[in-house]
Amino acid sequence: MTNSVITAAAEKTPPSVARRVRGLSDRAIAWIFVAPTIFLLLAINIFPLIWTVRLSFTDYRANRLNREVEWVGLRNYERILTDDGIWMNMQATAHFLVWTIVFQVLIGFALAYLINKKFKGNALWTTIIVLPMMLSPAVVGNFWTFLYQPQIGLINYMVEFFTGIPASSFSMLGSVELAPWSIVIVDTWMWTPFVMLICLAGLRSIPDYIYEAAEIDRASKWRQFWTITVPMVLPFLMLAVLFRGIENFKMFDLVVQLTGGGPGSVTELASINLKREAFEKWRTGYSSAYAVILFVTIFGLASIYVKALNKVKAR
Amino acid sequence: MSAHSITEPSATTKWISGGLVVAYAVVTLIPLLWIVATGFKTPADAISYPPKVVFDPTIEGYVNLFTTRTRVTPEQLESLPPPEGIAEEIVRSYGMVIAGPSRFGERFMNSVVIGFGSTFLSVFLGTLAAYAFSRFKIPLSDDLLFFILSTRMMPPIAVAIPIFLMYRQLGLSDTHLGMILLYTAVNISLAVWLLKGFIDEIPREYEEAALIDGYTRFQAFYKVVLPQAATGIASTAIFCLIFAWNEYAFAVLLTSGTAQTAPPFIPTIIGVGGQDWPAVAAGATLFLLPVLIFTVLLRKHLLRGITFGAVRK
Repeated sequence: MTNSVITAAAEKTPPSVARRVRGLSDRAIAWIFVAPTIFLLLAINIFPLIWTVRLSFTDYRANRLNREVEWVGLRNYERILTDDGIWMNMQATAHFLVWTIVFQVLIGFALAYLINKKFKGNALWTTIIVLPMMLSPAVVGNFWTFLYQPQIGLINYMVEFFTGIPASSFSMLGSVELAPWSIVIVDTWMWTPFVMLICLAGLRSIPDYIYEAAEIDRASKWRQFWTITVPMVLPFLMLAVLFRGIENFKMFDLVVQLTGGGPGSVTELASINLKREAFEKWRTGYSSAYAVILFVTIFGLASIYVKALNKVKAR
Repeated sequence: MSAHSITEPSATTKWISGGLVVAYAVVTLIPLLWIVATGFKTPADAISYPPKVVFDPTIEGYVNLFTTRTRVTPEQLESLPPPEGIAEEIVRSYGMVIAGPSRFGERFMNSVVIGFGSTFLSVFLGTLAAYAFSRFKIPLSDDLLFFILSTRMMPPIAVAIPIFLMYRQLGLSDTHLGMILLYTAVNISLAVWLLKGFIDEIPREYEEAALIDGYTRFQAFYKVVLPQAATGIASTAIFCLIFAWNEYAFAVLLTSGTAQTAPPFIPTIIGVGGQDWPAVAAGATLFLLPVLIFTVLLRKHLLRGITFGAVRK
């Protein structure tokens, strides 16, 4: 009697419930699957981050292990925010950030616009254009110092060839006026394809019928460009700017290879300066405070920007 | 009459835009071609002015890249047995002999081991996490996903300070394991975000059918979902590999000997009076080549990879 009730109940039970009796529950699997990732990030990202914050209130120096560590409160932060040198580095970073984004957006968008004219072989040329951005910035940056050599380099030779300015009369990396632009040029060479690819995706997301409707309404090409193309690509373009902005705020590898921050400190971007403080001067506490300030700045700016991006998307 | 759409660009437009794009592509390729060419020049050709476009190719750069050499007196050189192979011949023409292998091979292998090790780990862990985020209700999953992404906003140097201290305590400084774990931690955000996108695209119906057929959830995951996600997993893996392969900041700060990868090593290749440019170019060529090949293979998923899956096309 009881037996048959159980069998009947089992037969009525939908398979999804039967499944849970065998094997692990979905809940258990979800946690088993997510836990290792979270654990790894906690161990190698969050724990160090908390450690950095703690160190930023001390005068710890990582090269002197036996020295008494003193708690200095907010003094590191105070010193950084009132240090003229740091503001110079921030200006160098801002110059690099703004101009790389301006050039990459203009050239990247123009290229995407041209590629979207669907000429023959456009896919092949797109792949070729993309190549520089996939390469190791340190290795490529190192080689660019060769291209930029005043006596023997290809760039100076080409400048002489096209403009007649003697090649040995200027040094792209050695001059205070030119060096900030030299790093902008290499970064633009490397990362314009990134902006281009994202713009291209934006352009391709615009359905043909919108242009067809505009044609029927006799809207000029110029008007179509400003009222259809630009607004519809804008969210994509803003996304590209967000990625480039974050990356270039953190910029280290390419520029440290190109100029090492010099001449003087005109190309000493925030990360390069941070590396000096932390790993050459070994002011660990001070540089931890610097790291926290940089992270908060990037995170803060990115959050504000994402809000703006979402507004544009919602339009 | 051809049924041309009114939005189809005219032939002239196509010619002009094609011409401009090709011109840009050619200019942008020059530095890369110059790297490859310099690798086959003699040091004298490499630094001649005006720069040489036409030159006698030699493998001297590659020989110098892979060997260390010592200068010997002409008398010693005379007394040696005839050179074996072209490499020895080139070195002797400079009055030197090959003293042994250089460190390049070792550094290259470090890049391979650390690159593949961290790629395997991040894709393995990333696939599991991405599947869970895609299919199950996880409390605070949006916050967790954003947290995973935000770990990418830290400047590497900022993270490197505490990692340096932590690794020193744990004995992980300058070890393969230390670098593999570190690169995995950096790459996992990319892996989770990309793979979640790929798995989201696989219809749930497949798994549900499998579950009704009596598969457990776990079996459904690896017998149904994994094969469907294979392309996504492969392209995610390539992106992780490229990142680990190219990474410089952590490598230069946290490794110095045993576990040093190629990017911090290549710029330190020096010859007589400065950098040995043909050898540097040879090393760069060998190092960049795998990424160039991968890029061509990946071109369909490129956009997705570089935007963390935000733009899927």
